[in-house]
Amino acid sequence: MGIAADDRLADKIMVQDADFDVAAEYQGLLHHNAQAGAVVMFVGLVRDFSHDSQVQGLYLEHYPAMTHLALQGIVADARQRWALQQVSLIHRIGYLAAADQIVMVAVSAKHRHEAFAAAEFIMDFLKVKAPFWKKEITSKGDVWVEAKVSDEEAKDRW
Amino acid sequence: MITVLFFGQLRERLQTAKLQVPLHELSASATIADLRQHLQQKGDEWQLYLGADTCLIALNHSMTKSDVLLSENDEVAFFPPVTGG
Repeated sequence: MGIAADDRLADKIMVQDADFDVAAEYQGLLHHNAQAGAVVMFVGLVRDFSHDSQVQGLYLEHYPAMTHLALQGIVADARQRWALQQVSLIHRIGYLAAADQIVMVAVSAKHRHEAFAAAEFIMDFLKVKAPFWKKEITSKGDVWVEAKVSDEEAKDRW
Repeated sequence: MITVLFFGQLRERLQTAKLQVPLHELSASATIADLRQHLQQKGDEWQLYLGADTCLIALNHSMTKSDVLLSENDEVAFFPPVTGG
């Protein structure tokens, strides 16, 4: 595989309240790695709630003792499937407003196919396996977001 | 002692984030399904919301199924389908 154990230690997996800087994460991903021929980055945002002007933002709850392990497991599964170089995965928790960044996955690899596939795989599994729950904050009260069948189907493609 | 945690909408509906169940209150060789049944006896809401087919289970921070055996000091979490990302 040609991937040293040291490279794996460099995976960055963060669960945090704070926002993140995509440009800085990109630089960080490449910092220790001159081998990458491809970087794929995905950023998930809080959607504009224009369909329902009552919604003011989101609250993201998680299971602190499990979240990091679940994300590590998903990244490890991706590494089993593709020869990856670095992976950075950041997920935010707490209160978020429309257009805020929620999640970022960045993958570097020698070639684009691995990087594209692994980034999509990590997001598809995160959506159904990582213990986060979203609640919409509205002027009439709070509403828990329902899980989507399409997310389960997206995971089952792999 | 088994530590039991609830998250998301389940935590709100049961008005409980965490509770503890002495292992000896369950049958010998108790599984997560036995623990779940034991908790469902706490009231109508427990019966209804913990009985949901969609309810997910984690044992010691990994997703699992209800037929797994419990051991002393296990941490079991019940929660609705996840909605992160």
